[in-house]
Amino acid sequence: MIIFSKCTYEASGFTLAADLKITRGSFVAVVGPSGAGKSTLLNLIAGFESVRSGDILIDGQSVLQVPPDRRPVSMVFQDHNCFAHLTAFQNVALGISTSLQLSEEQSLTVQQALTSVGIAHLSKRLPGQMSGGERQRIALARVLVRDKPVLLLDEAFAALGPGLRKEMMRLLKELHKQRGLTTIMVTHQPEDATAVADQIIFVEGGEVQMPQSVSTFFKSTNQSVRQYLGT
Amino acid sequence: MVWFAVGQGGSLILDSYIWSVLRFTVLQAGLSTILSIALALPAAWVLAGYKFAGRDFLLAIFAVPQMMPAIVVVLALTGVFGRSGWLPNLFNLYSLSGIVLAHAFFNAPLCIRLFVGALQSVKLENNRLATQLGLSGFRKWQHVDWPAIRTVLPHISLLVFLYCAASFVVVLTFGGPSATTLEVAIYQSLRLDFDVARAISLAILQIILCLVLVTLIGRFYGVEEAGVELRKNPHETLSSTFTLQQFSAIILPLVLVIAPLVHLLWVGLPSINIRPILLQAVLTSGGIALFSALVSLLIAWPLAAIVARRAPHSGVYSAIVMLGLIIPPAVLATGWFILLRGSGGSYLQSAGLICVLNSLMALPLVFSILRSAMVQNLVGHDQLCDQLRLRGWLRFSRIDYPIMRFAIFQSALIACVLSMGDLTAVMLLGAQGLITMPSLIASEMGNYRSTTAQGTALLLASICISLAYLAQKFAVAQDSDQ
Repeated sequence: MIIFSKCTYEASGFTLAADLKITRGSFVAVVGPSGAGKSTLLNLIAGFESVRSGDILIDGQSVLQVPPDRRPVSMVFQDHNCFAHLTAFQNVALGISTSLQLSEEQSLTVQQALTSVGIAHLSKRLPGQMSGGERQRIALARVLVRDKPVLLLDEAFAALGPGLRKEMMRLLKELHKQRGLTTIMVTHQPEDATAVADQIIFVEGGEVQMPQSVSTFFKSTNQSVRQYLGT
Repeated sequence: MVWFAVGQGGSLILDSYIWSVLRFTVLQAGLSTILSIALALPAAWVLAGYKFAGRDFLLAIFAVPQMMPAIVVVLALTGVFGRSGWLPNLFNLYSLSGIVLAHAFFNAPLCIRLFVGALQSVKLENNRLATQLGLSGFRKWQHVDWPAIRTVLPHISLLVFLYCAASFVVVLTFGGPSATTLEVAIYQSLRLDFDVARAISLAILQIILCLVLVTLIGRFYGVEEAGVELRKNPHETLSSTFTLQQFSAIILPLVLVIAPLVHLLWVGLPSINIRPILLQAVLTSGGIALFSALVSLLIAWPLAAIVARRAPHSGVYSAIVMLGLIIPPAVLATGWFILLRGSGGSYLQSAGLICVLNSLMALPLVFSILRSAMVQNLVGHDQLCDQLRLRGWLRFSRIDYPIMRFAIFQSALIACVLSMGDLTAVMLLGAQGLITMPSLIASEMGNYRSTTAQGTALLLASICISLAYLAQKFAVAQDSDQ
């Protein structure tokens, strides 16, 4: 369970307030207008940005003092999830060992992760020789080998075409079920949310709302939700 | 000049002296490049990755050497490391080590700024990914920083090598009979030995060397123009654990840059002595600078306009601009020297030639400033202007000038800075009674009046740095004017 306890965030005139709970193992979509603070919410969980007041707890432990690499979290960005000079295999292997010295068993783990995201045959390629969708699969394979309970996706598939995006959503849903990951996904496409998420967090006007079920969200009579959806 | 050389046919001189000059040219440029990069890498890594008081000040200080006239730097280095300087006996300035040290003064800070730029170009996501994966210290260097450096390293090294291979004033002052470069040997053959044939042989070697370097530079991924404003780092990617270890990475290049600057202020400030000859030099330098800037703009504008629009044969026009780099001043001067032989050098003729030579030296920079401003702000208006029948002068005064004015001022000021500080053209083409600020400093140094020279040098440095600072302001204005 992830808890934002009366959190406030401030940076050069931008403010965000969050007070909410995200259930363990749930799949939550974060939606809202651009610049509302959706990415900030993820950065606060990952530790790339810090709260001004309040507390963030993951599974009962406050993580405010925990550096990003010690938090039980993996994050996938929209782009630049790979180091351009490392092969697909090495990029995934970094999730296990930063020295890239793998035991036989660990190599097998990496190979299996590449297989389960469908790019085992590309393991020796450099990211520059792969498509945008394939690069995001590298990032997902690394999420698998890191084996952290929380997965954050910051518009990870926004740059992909509609068909490819649907396919990635399917893959994501599968991994989520298989591993029981608590998955929090920022997206610009409300239909992504209906396809895979159980719950939706709406961010608007400097405030993060409590998660609500997908059907409740789309039926909401709230003025700003209606305005955002354009209905 | 090429025609003249061909006319001379087989009489190209390639004796052991010329080979030894070529060898020394490559040796000093190679060592200067290695030292500059060795000093710059650790410092750039700290400046790009750590947050500490004075960081912005340091980055600003490291921009200063680029704007300093070579003769001023030579004088200041003598004051610090010379026999009666602050730190005597550390180096023998009048040898290879002096030449390499002076070149490092100019180029280590340039490399620092270029490397910091490269390190800052690492994507925020890559930095965050590294943080999440727990990459730190050597591993972060290996996977994040080194790949960023590696892409720009060949380009930067070759650029520095080219600058050092074509350097004139530093080698002329600190070199000697056994420590001379092609550029200086050309000058000596022309103005001291009156040996034109030898000068031509040297010039052809110099052209070949620079041509090879410029071609190589063009093959590697380019870096942004030197002197551009560095991007502000997002603070989260800066580590705040600034300790002695980080400090030690900066201290050497810092002392190398700060000591001569402080010396210049310390000795120069009390010895600024306004006298008729100084005023005459200021006026002459100012006049030459203004005219060279104007000539440079007049040549660069049409070339930039063609290349910015990707018209046919753009490559040819860009190549014309690169000639300024490929054919160093001494070589151009050799050409004129031969053409004008017999007609004598009057004061006005000499001043005119210096203007032209200076304007050609500034051409690559002026061209690239104008071209990039045109690409960003001007070319998009072409169709609208055609539709409205805006052409010629009407279009220039109503559309082009208002849009481009900051870039025009910026490039003109840069050309002025280069011309104000240039001693090469004056040494090669100067006539009796033609005194510019750099040549005044050089003659005062030669007459053992180094205190007076320090005053003049401080004045010249202040003018150059102020003009360059103003140019920077115009660059920012042009950027925010889109």
